[in-house]
Amino acid sequence: MIDERTMANLERLAGLKLSPAERERLKADLTRILEYFQKLGELDTDGVPPFDPLPGRVNAWREDEPQPSLAPEEALANAPQTERGHFKVPRVFGEE
Amino acid sequence: MRGLETVIGLEIHVQLATATKLFCGCRADYFAAPPNTLTCPVCLGMPGALPVLNRKAVEYALRVALALGAQVKRRSHFDRKNYFYPDLPKGYQITQRQVPLAVGGELRFWVEGEERRVRIRELHLEEDAGKLVHTPAGALVDMNRCGVPLVEIVTEPDLRTPGEAKEFLRALRTLLRHLGVSGADMEKGELRCDANLSLARDGEWGVKSEIKNLNSFRGVERALAAAAAWQRERLERGEEIRLATFGWDEGRERLLLQRAKEEAHDYRYFPEPDLVPLEVSEELLEKVRAGLPELPWARRERFVREYRLSSREVEVLLGEPELADYFERVAAAVGEGREAANWILTEVLRFWQGSPPLPAEELALLIQKVRKKEISRTTAKELLEEAIGGKESLERLLAGRAVRQLTDEAELEKLAREAMSQHPQAVADFQAGKTQALGFLVGQVMRKTKGRADASKLAQIFQRLLAS
Repeated sequence: MIDERTMANLERLAGLKLSPAERERLKADLTRILEYFQKLGELDTDGVPPFDPLPGRVNAWREDEPQPSLAPEEALANAPQTERGHFKVPRVFGEE
Repeated sequence: MRGLETVIGLEIHVQLATATKLFCGCRADYFAAPPNTLTCPVCLGMPGALPVLNRKAVEYALRVALALGAQVKRRSHFDRKNYFYPDLPKGYQITQRQVPLAVGGELRFWVEGEERRVRIRELHLEEDAGKLVHTPAGALVDMNRCGVPLVEIVTEPDLRTPGEAKEFLRALRTLLRHLGVSGADMEKGELRCDANLSLARDGEWGVKSEIKNLNSFRGVERALAAAAAWQRERLERGEEIRLATFGWDEGRERLLLQRAKEEAHDYRYFPEPDLVPLEVSEELLEKVRAGLPELPWARRERFVREYRLSSREVEVLLGEPELADYFERVAAAVGEGREAANWILTEVLRFWQGSPPLPAEELALLIQKVRKKEISRTTAKELLEEAIGGKESLERLLAGRAVRQLTDEAELEKLAREAMSQHPQAVADFQAGKTQALGFLVGQVMRKTKGRADASKLAQIFQRLLAS
């Protein structure tokens, strides 16, 4: 069950501002999703390794050799705003 | 308030000196690069781009782990740490949370000649974030630093004073430089430190104050001292201490309250699905172990034992491995270390900028000439400065100057008598008890002989003549 407090916390973490109607709708959706996933809790996972994205594969690595980077114009091409070679974003305060 | 013990733990971020970033082939040496010139779809967090781990970064991190005597996890993996901030284009940082690369170990270091050991809790690999420049109109973001490899080292709360914390960091820098895995320059942000402090009473720990982003040794010491004072004052007034995070204003030496932590941060960690687990084979571990240099504490003990150097001298030499290497080359060429250390620390160090200002063989030659009394110490110092400043080699300078030292007793006495007759006032002063007049007289002869006279012999002669 997603309550008001959890909802408010999720909004903060996701950096979203929801209207009351949106909030109600999402609360119901998220509650259903959560219930659905709770089915997993019924499984016996003792002895199952915690996580393995590609079973059996380890150490997909590369040598420390530089590759060309993007030209700065290219890197900045999709930015809504730029200034002096930087991405420009709205003011931020010390908060993460 | 009595019975309060300061308890300090550190979290240190070390920037690894790899050529490329942790998960892409962009160059990692962002320090002087123009903004956003070292980026690619991977480190910009473009949809669909996939990270590939840099093997060298793993080896560098393993070097640090083995040097600290940490237990390397045979299998570790990466996790996503989720949060929103403009310096983090993906919306998450790839780090190791659940299973770090290594756990345990300790760092040995010395505080005023006394050995300390601080236990390491864990060590893991993670990527750096970008950089923000705040302006009134908005924030400017440079992504060059995004994805640069970091090793995070977390200590156990074994440190007891701010000064000790500073010395620990210095020792860690020395270790990292010996291992060749990082420049470990705090000013360049290659070594960054977060510190946790609490006051314990009768072994019972108090509430933590966290100080973020300390980037100088002095800052670490001062900020911790300020945090301890802040907590102490509150306790003395009977106030409760709340969990808080501070920044440090380096210029004004003041703590800045960043946030009072009411609710813990929720980073929603989960295993990074784009990376396969990291498995460290016995073979890889052996390879890294075999490549470890002599570690600073072993080298330190050897320097004290072999060359009879003081704790302070060894610290300065080891602070830069190149300086310690230079010292060893000079000592080997001279056949003795005590004198070599004196010359390097008092005469050469001030010209040192990351590399020897004078070849080791030339400095050794100079020291030998002084030892054989072929030239005076003063002349040697002059020649040293000329050789460092100019283009001519020391040998040519030596040849160009008739530099055989004046040691002949009779000749020196003649010069001494001359000086005494030219400066009767100095003679009178000396005989009236003003002993500094002796230095004046010696100086006159040294000037006349352009530093070639044997000063100690000369002083003896003056003393004899003046006493009679």
